[in-house]
Amino acid sequence: MTDVNARIQDLIDSNDVVLFMKGTRDMPQCGFSSRVAGVLNYMNVPYQDVNVLSDADIRQGIKDFSDWPTIPQLYVKGEFVGGCDIITEMTLSGELDQLLSQKGVAFDQAAADKIREANA
Amino acid sequence: MAMEAHEIEALLRASFPDARITITDLAGDGNHYAAEVIDESFRGLNRVQQQRAVYAALQGRMDGPAGDLHALALTTKAPE
Repeated sequence: MTDVNARIQDLIDSNDVVLFMKGTRDMPQCGFSSRVAGVLNYMNVPYQDVNVLSDADIRQGIKDFSDWPTIPQLYVKGEFVGGCDIITEMTLSGELDQLLSQKGVAFDQAAADKIREANA
Repeated sequence: MAMEAHEIEALLRASFPDARITITDLAGDGNHYAAEVIDESFRGLNRVQQQRAVYAALQGRMDGPAGDLHALALTTKAPE
């Protein structure tokens, strides 16, 4: 394993939820990253944000690691869940709640329901 | 660099000849598109697998600074 792969593996091993994104959770630098961070923030999901813009190795490395060409990328309990479109769909369908529950990750159920109400 | 909607559609069509494909230019700048791809080959695949197949069809056009496309919002599913 290369160094960057080992670093990525360590990040997703040592945090239940990891979002690789452009910018930070409080200051996203791209609309797609902003959307996913916004959902996680609003649902009060504990997660580690990794700003790929501040680390060129991770920025390319995560694409190779996941075999996925775009950022953001969400990992839950070491498993790649998807990018912005998948997370958006899963949020609106309730599948994200299911996944977080199954994996034992805390989140605010009322907030998740509110997102769906607002988008119904 | 920008791409025309019909170029995206042609790339997708080459991999998914029988798919229902809808391309929408979101920003009018030739750089932010939405694509919906409905294809029988997606049946039984999860979303990550479906979208990986679509990205593969785009042959690197999404990839980083060298890519032609900044943003392609994807919706993929098997026909109802």
